[in-house]
Amino acid sequence: MSFDVPDDRNYLESHEWVDHGDATATVGITDFAQDELGDVVFVELPDEGDDVTAGEEFGVVESIKAVSDLYSPVSGTVVGINDALHDQPELVNEDPFGEGWMLEVEVDEESDDLLSADEYRDQIE
Amino acid sequence: MRYDQARWTHDADAESDDDRYEPLLAEKNTEEVAVDSPLPDDLTREDLELPALSEPQLARHYTRLSQMNYGVDSGPYPLGSCTMKYNPKFTEDVAALGDAAVHHDRSDESLQGTLGLMAGLQDYLARIGGMDAVSLQPPAGAAGEFTGILVAKAFHEQNGEGEQRDEIIVPDSAHGTNFASAALAGYDVVELPSGEDGRVDLEALEAAAGDRTALFMLTNPNTLGLFERDIEEIADIVHDAGGLLYYDGANLNALLGRARPGDMGFDIMHYNVHKTFATPHGGGGPGAGPVGVTDELAEFLPAPRVREREASGDDARYERFEPEHTIGKVHGFEGNWLVLVKTYAYIARLGDEGLDDASAKAVLNANYLASQIDYDVPFEPFHHEFVASAGDQDAADVAKRMLDYGVHPPTTKWPEIVSEALMTEPTEIESKETLDQLADAFDAVAGEDDETLEAAPERTTARRIDQTDAARNLRLSWQAIDEE
Repeated sequence: MSFDVPDDRNYLESHEWVDHGDATATVGITDFAQDELGDVVFVELPDEGDDVTAGEEFGVVESIKAVSDLYSPVSGTVVGINDALHDQPELVNEDPFGEGWMLEVEVDEESDDLLSADEYRDQIE
Repeated sequence: MRYDQARWTHDADAESDDDRYEPLLAEKNTEEVAVDSPLPDDLTREDLELPALSEPQLARHYTRLSQMNYGVDSGPYPLGSCTMKYNPKFTEDVAALGDAAVHHDRSDESLQGTLGLMAGLQDYLARIGGMDAVSLQPPAGAAGEFTGILVAKAFHEQNGEGEQRDEIIVPDSAHGTNFASAALAGYDVVELPSGEDGRVDLEALEAAAGDRTALFMLTNPNTLGLFERDIEEIADIVHDAGGLLYYDGANLNALLGRARPGDMGFDIMHYNVHKTFATPHGGGGPGAGPVGVTDELAEFLPAPRVREREASGDDARYERFEPEHTIGKVHGFEGNWLVLVKTYAYIARLGDEGLDDASAKAVLNANYLASQIDYDVPFEPFHHEFVASAGDQDAADVAKRMLDYGVHPPTTKWPEIVSEALMTEPTEIESKETLDQLADAFDAVAGEDDETLEAAPERTTARRIDQTDAARNLRLSWQAIDEE
C-alpha cells in the first residue's frame, strides 16, 4: 500500500508533519500514522497560547486500537487549534494533511530531526 | 448442539402497577415521616423515580440480565493473561461468615482472629513467592506494582540514589500496567525489545541497564507463556547495575510449587490473588494485590503490617505495626479484607499438593489445547498460556466468531510480537471435554471465510458492535435506550 507524503512538508520519525507557512506553521499527523492507528475517536490538543517544544509531547490521539502521544516538530506558541476535531475526530482519518490538521504554531525554532518527504517515505516503506 | 444466547427485550407497556405481586411483610411500615429538611426547595422533590418492583420481578430481571451475559460460570473463558479461573463458591461462604464481618478500626486485642489470618496469609504468600516479607494492603495487581515501585524508590532514596535512578526498564511483551505504574510513579520508561526467541535479549538488557536504572520489571513465564531461562543472568545484570528486579505476579499460577521468584533473584513482587489463587476479578470492585519483598526492603512496606508478638504471656499473639521507613498507606486499613479471606481459604483448602496440582494442570491444559488446534503457535515451549497466530484471518474477527460457538474467545492482537495474536489460557479448571469443545470452536472458525467472520457474532445477545461509533458517540444511561 502506498501512502500520501506531500513534498511540501517536513516530517518527524514519529509520523507528525509540519507545513511551513509565512508567519506560522501547521502541524498534523501523516496518512501512514492515521492508517496505523485505525479509526481515530479522540484528539487531545493544547490550548491556544500554550507553548510547545520540538521533540516533546503536545497532545494525545486515541483510536479504537491505541492511544499515542503526539510530538511537536517545532518549538513555539500555539496560535490556533483545529476545534473541528473535537466533534469530528474522523477528519484525521479522512484528510490527515488537510482538514485533519491539529495545531497552528508561531515558530521560534524547528526540530533538528526534521525529515524531508523523501526521507520520510524511505522510513515508512 | 447449537449455541444461542438469550435475548430479552424490555417491554415498558406491559408494566402495570395493578397486578404487582406484593409479598406480605409483617409490620410493613408505611407511615409517613415528616422531615424538616434544611435543603432549599429547588433541591428537593416529591417523587423518587425508582423502579417499584416486587421481589420475583426483580429476581427475574437480574436472572435475565445474567443470561444475556457470559462468564466463567457459563462456559470456558480462555482469556490469555487474564487467568479467568473459576472461583470455588466455598470461599464466598467463608467470606460471608459473621466472624469475617469485623470492622478493623478496633484494638489489636479484639481482632486476634483477623490478625492471625492475615499473619498466616502473609506467611503463605512469602513461602509461595520465596519472599521474606509481605504487605496485604494493595487493593489490586496494578496497585501492587505501584506499591512495589514506591518501595524501590524509597530504597534508592535511602542510598542517596533517588534522583540518579530515574528509569524503569520494561520488556515490550510486558503487561501494559507495568508501563503505566512506572510512569505514574514518575519514572522514565525504557522499553526493551524482545529477542528473536520471544525472551529477554541479554545484550539489549546489558545495554539498557546502568546508573539510571531503578528497576527492571519482568513476568516469568512471560506473556508468551515462555519461561525466561536466563533469569539468573538477568538478575545479575540488573543487580550489577545497582537496580532492583521486580516480578509481575500475573503468571505465578504457572510456577506454584515448582519455582519461586525469590529464588530466581527477584527483590520485589506482587501477587494477583485472582489469577494465582481464586478470588473474583475485581472489575473495578474490591481486589487484592499483595506485595512481597526481600528482607532488605521490608522496612519500606506499607503500614500497617501484621506480625506475631514476641512471647508476652498474654492472650494477644498478633499485632499490627508500622515498618520503620514505611512508604505509608496505599489503601485503607489492611486492604480489602474479604478478598484476603477468600485467598486464605483457597490456599488453606488446596494445601501444598493442591496448589502444585493446579499449576501442573494449568500447564497441561494449555499444552493439550494448543496441540489440538489448527492455528500455528510460533513460540514454544510454553507453560500456562500460549499465543497462537490467526494467520491470514483477523484475530478480532476470529474472536467474534468464536462467540457463536458458545465459548469465550482468547485475548486478541496482543502481545504484538505475534501477528494476529490469539492469546489463550484455558486455566487448570477445564476438563478434557471442555478443552475439546474449545478446540472444536477454534478449528471451526479456522476453516471459515472472511465474510462469515466479519458478520459474526450472530448467536449472541449483542451483535457486532460498531466500536468506532461507540467511542465517538458515548451514550451512558441506566435506562434502555430506544433506538430512533
